[in-house]
Amino acid sequence: MSNRRPYVRPMDNWWMRDPFFVRYMAREFTAVFVAAYAVVLLFGLVRLSQGEAAFNGWLQYLKTPWMLVFHVIVLATFIYHTWSWFSIMPKTMPIMFVGGKRVQPGTITGTGIAAAVVACLAVLVIVKGMHP
Amino acid sequence: MKMKRSNEPIFWSLFGAGGILAALIGPALVFITGIAVPFGLFYAPDTMSYSNMLAFVHNWLGKLFTFAVVALFLWHAAHRIHILLHDFGVHAVTLVKVLCYGSAFVGTVVAAYALLAIGS
Repeated sequence: MSNRRPYVRPMDNWWMRDPFFVRYMAREFTAVFVAAYAVVLLFGLVRLSQGEAAFNGWLQYLKTPWMLVFHVIVLATFIYHTWSWFSIMPKTMPIMFVGGKRVQPGTITGTGIAAAVVACLAVLVIVKGMHP
Repeated sequence: MKMKRSNEPIFWSLFGAGGILAALIGPALVFITGIAVPFGLFYAPDTMSYSNMLAFVHNWLGKLFTFAVVALFLWHAAHRIHILLHDFGVHAVTLVKVLCYGSAFVGTVVAAYALLAIGS
């Protein structure tokens, strides 16, 4: 038995110590909701393959209040995911040069978010166009 | 000396692909499938009806899109959750990795199977 009691820095709630870590956690935690949404879609796909009655059951399930609450939360986290994804993009992508000048982080984030807005609007309009 | 090749780039690519797909069109998809169509906002009530959805995945482009969304979202989430668990002090690295990526793999196979079962 050793009587040494070396100091070990406690790591409990380490991510709450700094707003930077809190943002990191918030950003990474969106993955839980991305996974949950993918599972809901996967269930729908499996139900679709099982026939009309099975698929209608899934559709009815989507209309329950709890699923509405769930999807509102998922929508909020997806929007946060979009924002955070393009916010860190200047750090995750290789440094880009245009005309010999380094593309500024703000330009990359802004372009990304603008692209997401356009893509989302396009999806909304295309789906409307398919079933007017 | 022969270095063991890391499998990280494969998982990171899937993570990145899922992340960008979710960032670009995720909010619109959640709004359509989870809020607007089930609760009759903006879209026709039969937008996600059985026959319409069946027609959508009968088309090879619809099939590919559905598969990409489900599978890439799962791989994206699996990668982040695997690292998140490490951040919260779960240090059984191999087990966590197998469980996270394993779940994404199972989900991918189920999605592919369902799409193939529906056929064209």
